[in-house]
Amino acid sequence: MLEFLRQPWAWPVAGVLIGLTVPLLYLLGNKPFGISSSFRHICAACLPASTAPYFNYNWKKEKWNLFFIVGIVIGGFIASTLLANPEPVKIAASTRQDLELLGVTQFSKLEPTDIFNFHSLHTLRGFIFIVVGGFLVGFGTRYAGGCTSGHAITGLSNFQLSSLIATICFMVGGFVVTWLVIPLIFKL
Amino acid sequence: MEEEGKNHQQASESFVSNLKYLLVGIFFGIVFVKSEVVSWFRIQEMFRLQAFFMYGVIGTAVVVAAISGIIIKKFKIKTLQGEEVVFSERPFDKGNIIGGLLFGFGWALTGACPGPIYGLIGSGFLVFIAVLASALFGTFVYGLLREKLPH
Repeated sequence: MLEFLRQPWAWPVAGVLIGLTVPLLYLLGNKPFGISSSFRHICAACLPASTAPYFNYNWKKEKWNLFFIVGIVIGGFIASTLLANPEPVKIAASTRQDLELLGVTQFSKLEPTDIFNFHSLHTLRGFIFIVVGGFLVGFGTRYAGGCTSGHAITGLSNFQLSSLIATICFMVGGFVVTWLVIPLIFKL
Repeated sequence: MEEEGKNHQQASESFVSNLKYLLVGIFFGIVFVKSEVVSWFRIQEMFRLQAFFMYGVIGTAVVVAAISGIIIKKFKIKTLQGEEVVFSERPFDKGNIIGGLLFGFGWALTGACPGPIYGLIGSGFLVFIAVLASALFGTFVYGLLREKLPH
């Protein structure tokens, strides 16, 4: 059983289990599945309420979301230790080839560790991938009112037009950076 | 606080009661990492249109969640506390477009949306703590500028 669980899980399994998280949270306590709101709750919990009206609300009522994200961290730990898979991610050959041409050299882990490491934070390239990228995730998800979970999964599954528009914009933004910007960053 | 991501439960919850969301998070984190959707490589495959994998995951999740939602509505299934499930409406505003594009840029760079950031930290990719710190800073700046931005 453990051996079976250690293999990478196929996309239909992941899709069904992620999809079921939505009704599970609704039925456990009327909670809409969404993760980027945790950024706001953490800011609201750490900053004085006078900082900005956006952080002045009863974040304690949203504590469940913080329990949820701590759970994700623990889940990540379990998946990478007890259930760890020693094999590299089996990505499409064409993707691997494209990334090698750009200059990615590390393919043995979940992340390209030549880009995502503390040392690369001191390089312009690493700074863009890690710090600028992180900033855009925090600023963008809050401005858009949700992320992949809140809009692309919860919102779309509830037939919200705004979520469809947001999801299309997530994808357009990703295509632009992948095709036009990332090749330039690798030249830095 | 506006509707998005809002807790709709009327009954208040204790620390112990909140632990069930910790368990859901653990389950979810395991799924995220074991299916490799947290991987930068998988996000690159998706944006390069070179694999169906991520489209399959997200598409299946949306269909499963939508069917579950329809069942909950049709049979008026109540929450554990006996409350009616609230499916919040998300009115459109310009942030869906501008913020959506900005998040898309960040998603392609970091290869991680918010859930995977937490999953990767747990998996030992500790540099994602820097990604998280930057994301929190981005949220802070958004909070300060919010009134001045088009919505």
